[in-house]
Amino acid sequence: MFQDLVLEFERQEREAERFFDLVESPNAKLSQNTNITPNTTKMSEFNFNPDFYKTKGDISMAITSDVSHKRGILQKLSLAVVGIGLLLMMVAAFGAANTNPTPFLWASMGCLILGGVVYTLQAYKDRPAGIKNNGVMFGQMTSRGASAWVFGIVITGLYVLLYWYPTLLGLGKDGAANTGLIRMFDPLSQFLKGAPASEWFMYGTLYTIAILVMGFKFIWKYRHNKYQVLRTISVMFFQLGFAFLLPELLQALKYPYYDFKNMWPLNYYFFYDWNINGFLSSGNVGLFMLIFGVAMIFVISPVLTYFYGKRWYCSWVCGCGGLAETAGDPYRHLSDKSLGAWKIERWMIHSVLVFVTVMTIAVLYSFLNQNPEGFFVTKGMMVGIVTVILLFVVGVALMNKEVVREVKPQIRYLTVGIAAAILAFTLFAYSFGSSNVFFMDSYTLRSWYGFLIGAAFSGVVGVGFYPIMGSRVWCRFGCPMAAVLGLQQRFFSRFRITTNGGQCISCGNCSTYCEMGIDVRAYAQKGQNIVRASCVGCGICAAVCPRGVLKLENGPKEERKVIHIRRDDVGIL
Amino acid sequence: MHIVIIGNGISGITAARYIRKLSDSQITVISAETKYFYSRTALMYIYMGHMTYENTKPYENWFWEKNRIDLLQEYVTQVDTENKKVHLQNGKNIAYDKLILATGSASNKFGWKGQDLPQVQGLYNMQDLVKMEKNTNNIQHAVVVGGGLIGIEMVEMLQSRRIPTTLLVREKSFWDIVLPPEESEIINRQIRKHHVDLQLETELDEILADEGGNVRAVTTKDGKEIPCQFVGLTVGVHPNIGFLKDSGIETQKGILVDEYLQTNVPDVYAIGDCAQLRNPPAGRRPIEAVWYIGRMQGKTVAHTICKQKTLYQPRIWFNSAKFMDIEYQTYGTVLNSLREGEAQLYWEHTDGEKCIKIVYEKDKQKVIGFNLLGIRFRHHVCEEWLHEGRNLQYVLQHLRAANFDPEIYDQHEDGIIAVYNQQFPNKQIEVKSKKSLWNMIFKRKVQVQN
Repeated sequence: MFQDLVLEFERQEREAERFFDLVESPNAKLSQNTNITPNTTKMSEFNFNPDFYKTKGDISMAITSDVSHKRGILQKLSLAVVGIGLLLMMVAAFGAANTNPTPFLWASMGCLILGGVVYTLQAYKDRPAGIKNNGVMFGQMTSRGASAWVFGIVITGLYVLLYWYPTLLGLGKDGAANTGLIRMFDPLSQFLKGAPASEWFMYGTLYTIAILVMGFKFIWKYRHNKYQVLRTISVMFFQLGFAFLLPELLQALKYPYYDFKNMWPLNYYFFYDWNINGFLSSGNVGLFMLIFGVAMIFVISPVLTYFYGKRWYCSWVCGCGGLAETAGDPYRHLSDKSLGAWKIERWMIHSVLVFVTVMTIAVLYSFLNQNPEGFFVTKGMMVGIVTVILLFVVGVALMNKEVVREVKPQIRYLTVGIAAAILAFTLFAYSFGSSNVFFMDSYTLRSWYGFLIGAAFSGVVGVGFYPIMGSRVWCRFGCPMAAVLGLQQRFFSRFRITTNGGQCISCGNCSTYCEMGIDVRAYAQKGQNIVRASCVGCGICAAVCPRGVLKLENGPKEERKVIHIRRDDVGIL
Repeated sequence: MHIVIIGNGISGITAARYIRKLSDSQITVISAETKYFYSRTALMYIYMGHMTYENTKPYENWFWEKNRIDLLQEYVTQVDTENKKVHLQNGKNIAYDKLILATGSASNKFGWKGQDLPQVQGLYNMQDLVKMEKNTNNIQHAVVVGGGLIGIEMVEMLQSRRIPTTLLVREKSFWDIVLPPEESEIINRQIRKHHVDLQLETELDEILADEGGNVRAVTTKDGKEIPCQFVGLTVGVHPNIGFLKDSGIETQKGILVDEYLQTNVPDVYAIGDCAQLRNPPAGRRPIEAVWYIGRMQGKTVAHTICKQKTLYQPRIWFNSAKFMDIEYQTYGTVLNSLREGEAQLYWEHTDGEKCIKIVYEKDKQKVIGFNLLGIRFRHHVCEEWLHEGRNLQYVLQHLRAANFDPEIYDQHEDGIIAVYNQQFPNKQIEVKSKKSLWNMIFKRKVQVQN
């Protein structure tokens, strides 16, 4: 294909044979001692074919896919070690580790970690610190080549097994002992909490290792950038400590499983009966967990989002974000930046938010309906709180100045309509003493949410589609937590990405590497600050900008949208 | 009214966009290079695999139709100003009411022997990029001639493909016709750090071909022969105006324009790289071939054409670039050597990759320019200071307000202030630090780093 294009180019060039004449060099200094001859720059009627640069140049399978760096023997070895780790897991999956899982566990995990670390050190060895995106668009793995599809299908498949067929991974049903892959994780699970592994324990372990190893790689890649380094250490810390170790230890101490940083609505089961019952049966610790969880939703997260934007969560703390920022980093540029995608994004993510709200109200209502005595919150109180929250939403949609100014009336009235409908259903159910809110069994609703959103979207699509649709598919199109924080960030936050006057050269690096598919350049080239609901504040746009045009910062809210260059001023823009 | 714009670079496209904002005229943009506007500054990133061509397009394809800006991929052979027509290569012609010339630049060649060999090229447009892709396929060594912005870009591109490269620079130091010695030296070091064979004070003599007529080597004026299969000629650009011969439009180096960017012919305007100001503002050059100037002129000319006659009045000069891993910004006037009555305050980080330079007038210490390597400053703050003519003391005291580096980064104001305090022991400055809990607890002492 490349050859054809070049030939076509040459043919057209010969045919056209147009010349531009050089009169004199504009650069007096250069032309002083040089004899200038007529310039013969050839221009031709040339149909530039953009497909040309979509050609996959490199056959590299590596995630760095960077031809500027030759893979040395040590680096190849390290990849082989990772391969051995994966092979050991596969062997274990077929039962090799059933009798003695411990050596398999340590050997395979050790290989993954060691191989990953050595690979990283080799990949960025002898290379000056700085942006390392050479070849990203050429590598098969990073530009939707064959290997990317294979990889995507494999992870998608694993997620399907994990969610719906864990027995195929070796989960022992009804008290039976684990076998296969899950059996391999028994020793670690026994060590941490004195119980055999579940499919989720296995998943959590692998997930954590992925964030740690790929986080290490990310830190090396961006070692010149303190913001990136610190942010990555943060996601690694929260994954290892809060998402993995602490909940396991809590279980070891016979407390409920609880990930303190995982709040509703991302943690959609927070208000499920079994979860609340778990808290309530665990004394003061359980009570603290419950109160902390509620405080996270209504106090801690709004305050932090006001001061720092949603990045405090999405790219510093969150586990989904953690995986996207580390293991997903090689795929961040695959997000769709079109205006169309942005439209779909807004409808989808806010629909999920409505879904999770409806589902939670239904579940909580049924729970309180069935347990009128067992809890200090009554059904009436809950209905009251829901009423207050929904009226608050209505009030903001109708009366907040910024919202009124910047959101289309149709959208605001739709919001009011939805809130009013939910409220009407709730009040109706309450006043008629019905056991369900939406004339629908809350368990049906919740199992549908769990299946569609909790499993299919956040897991299978969210991670399985990394190599094809980019690393933040879930965060961008599906995560209700991102939706809530996004609304706060868009209207009630001090966070913005500042554009540095007229310095943008419209090159497109910022938009290309925005994992959330924000067309950052569209704002930057106008000299306009970026205030977007979906921005997770990863800071990569500012890092890859070759002119230092972007800066993530928090400042007075009123100045957020200031355009430093006046519209009518032709001086800079 | 039909407004025809020749050239779809940043100047022509900015003009088209603003004309659409300001009027309902018919707009046609003609370019032979590509149908759609892309960012020329991003050419290097396509070659390096950071972006695809699609990524470099600032607007989606539907944008043009929606805004009724007609795009025509054609080559203009001639401008007939008498009949107000533009002749195209396909034999057709287009009538205009107003014509904007925004044809940009073309690469210089200075008559070297062998400069027209197939593997010798500059880098200005998409066709050059395609050529470079082909020319650098599977080669052992490349030579780039010219120590300027495109030269270092080309070197960086070749490095990304792991092609050993020699950079021939005629001057004593990299880009020293613009950069002062200290900054230039930092970039020299950066180039060498990236394993590039930088040869200063070395001039190209001729380019040698093998029997097949392909590049085999170059020789330098001091008699060296450097074997190579590719030669990048990046020795500046000149306005791309050859097709205007006999059009009646007055040209010199570029198309001559007045303060309203009008040529000598009524209803014909010129903007961007191809335009040459008859009377440039004080301290400015008649041709300033940079992205930002093209954009400002595009916006200006759009206003003038749409009956809001606007003088082209650029404000404080600014520019930026990236040399390998080092970002460069400049605001105001920092020449490659100090002029009479000027002095400078210079601080360099111990890592040798960051520096701040403030140039000021000696008598009242009025600050006239900033140069920055590896450190980002805020455009509007610098612009305000330079516009208001703030003195050195004021600028240093408020320097933190100008910092635009990412959060958490080390701040270097202390460093340059220490240099000042050393130079002016009787005028000690203490930096005003931000009020924050962090600073209250860990307030750093000002230390001399240099």
